[in-house]
Amino acid sequence: MLENYFPILLFIFVGLAVGVVPMAFGWMFGPNRPDSEKLSPYECGFEAFEDARMKFDVRYYLVAILFILFDLEIAFLFPWAVVLNEIGLFGFMAMVIFLGILVVGFIYEWTKGALEWD
Amino acid sequence: MEHAQQLFGNLFGPEWGPALFLVAKNVLLIVAIVLPLMLAVAYLTFAERKIIGYMQLRVGPNRVTFFGIPWLGGWGQPIADAVKAVMKEIIIPSGANKFLFVLAPVLTFAPALAAWAVVPFSPEVVLADINAGLLYILAMTSMGVYGVIIAGWASNSKYAFLGAMRSAAQVVSYELAMGFALVCVLMMSHSLNLGDIVRGQQGSSFINWYLIPLFPMFLVYFISGVAETNRAPFDVAEGESEIVAGFHVEYSGMAFTVFFLAEYSNMILVATLASIIFLGGWLPPLDMAPFTLVPGFIWLLLKISFLLFCFLWFRATFPRYRYDQIMRLGWKVFIPITLVWILLIGVVMQFPPSMRNAFPLSLWFH
Repeated sequence: MLENYFPILLFIFVGLAVGVVPMAFGWMFGPNRPDSEKLSPYECGFEAFEDARMKFDVRYYLVAILFILFDLEIAFLFPWAVVLNEIGLFGFMAMVIFLGILVVGFIYEWTKGALEWD
Repeated sequence: MEHAQQLFGNLFGPEWGPALFLVAKNVLLIVAIVLPLMLAVAYLTFAERKIIGYMQLRVGPNRVTFFGIPWLGGWGQPIADAVKAVMKEIIIPSGANKFLFVLAPVLTFAPALAAWAVVPFSPEVVLADINAGLLYILAMTSMGVYGVIIAGWASNSKYAFLGAMRSAAQVVSYELAMGFALVCVLMMSHSLNLGDIVRGQQGSSFINWYLIPLFPMFLVYFISGVAETNRAPFDVAEGESEIVAGFHVEYSGMAFTVFFLAEYSNMILVATLASIIFLGGWLPPLDMAPFTLVPGFIWLLLKISFLLFCFLWFRATFPRYRYDQIMRLGWKVFIPITLVWILLIGVVMQFPPSMRNAFPLSLWFH
C-alpha cells in the first residue's frame, strides 16, 4: 500500500528540481549587472518611501481565520462523504446537526459584516 | 523491463539494485508526464495569444517559425520566448529577503507539478494509484498559496505585498467553495481515488456523468478554479492598472517564468480535474461504436482542451471583477450554494432503495 506513495515523493522532488533548474539556467546565461537603481523596489518611479512591510487591513486576517474554520469543516466532511452510503440516516443526521451549527455561525458573521469588503 | 531490472541488479548488487531500479523507472515515468506537460504549457501560451488575438480581430503572433517554413508562422514563438527568458537577468532587489525570494517561485511550481502524480490518463494509466487521490490533490493545490505569499513578503515592495495579500485571501476563499463542491462528488462516488470517480460515471452515455446531477457544483468548481489560478476575470491579484503585476512585480527573467509556468500548469490541472470529476474523464460521450473506437486518452484530451479554451474565452470576454465583488461571489454565493447542494444530495441518498433505484436517480446513485 505505502509503496504506491513512493512515486509521489519522487514527483515532489522532480517538481522542485524542475523549478530550480530553469532558475539556475537563467543565472548562468543571463547577464548580472546590478546597480542601486535596478535593485531598489519598484514604486512607479518614486524613491521607496518606507519599508514595504506595512500595516494592512484587518479583513485579510479575518478571511484567514474564517478560512481555517471552514477548511477544517471540509476536512471533517471528506471522510463522512466517502462513507455516507454505509452510515445511513444516523450518520447523515449527525452531520446535518454539525453543519447546522456551522451555518448559524456563518449567518452570524454574515450579519456582523465580516464578509463585507467595501 | 526485466532486462533493465537485471542490469540494475548486476550493476549495484542485490541490495541497491531493486531500489535504484524502482527510482529510475519512476523518474522515467515522471519525465514522461512532465515533458508533455511543459510542452502543453508552452503551447497554451501560444494558443492564448492566438485565440484572444482572433477574438479581438487581430492575428496574434505569426512571425517566429521553424527553419523558415512559412506556414508554421508563430509556432516557434513559445520556444523563442523561453530562450529570451533564459537570457534575461534575474534581479534580486537589495531590500529583498534573498533566500525566500528565490524559494517562492519553486514553492509555487513544485506543487502544481506534483499534483499530476495521481491523475489517471486512461483506465490503467496512472502513476500513483492511491486511494487518497483527491485529498492529495487538494493538499497540493493548497500549497500554491505559500509561494504567492512568500513572494510578496520577500520582495519587500508595496505592490508585491498588496498583490500577495489580495491573492492569498482570494485563493483561500475560493478553495472553500472548491472543497465543498468536491464533497458533493465524494458523496456520489464513495471514493477519493480519481480512477474510481471516473468509473463511477460509467454508463450508456454522458447522462451518467456527474456533470448532470452536480451541474451547479461543476460551475462552482470551474469558476473557483479560474479564481484560484488568478486568471481573468478574477485577476485583481495582478491587476495591471492598480498594482502593476501583483506579487511577482519584482521578479524578472527565469524567476518570473517559473511563476508563469506554475500559473499555466495550474490552469491545465484545473481543467484536467474538472474533466475527470465532472465530465467522465476518459469515458466517451456515448458508449457505442464510433465513439468507443477513439482511445480514452483522446477523449480526456478533448475535454481538457475545451475547458482550457473556456479559460481563454473568459479572459477575452469578461471585464475584471472588483475585489469586493470577487469576495462576495466566493463567500456569499458559492458557499451557500454548495452547502445547500450537499444537503440535497445527502437527502436523496437517504431515500429508500426502491426510490433510489427508480429511473432517473438510478443513473447516478449506485
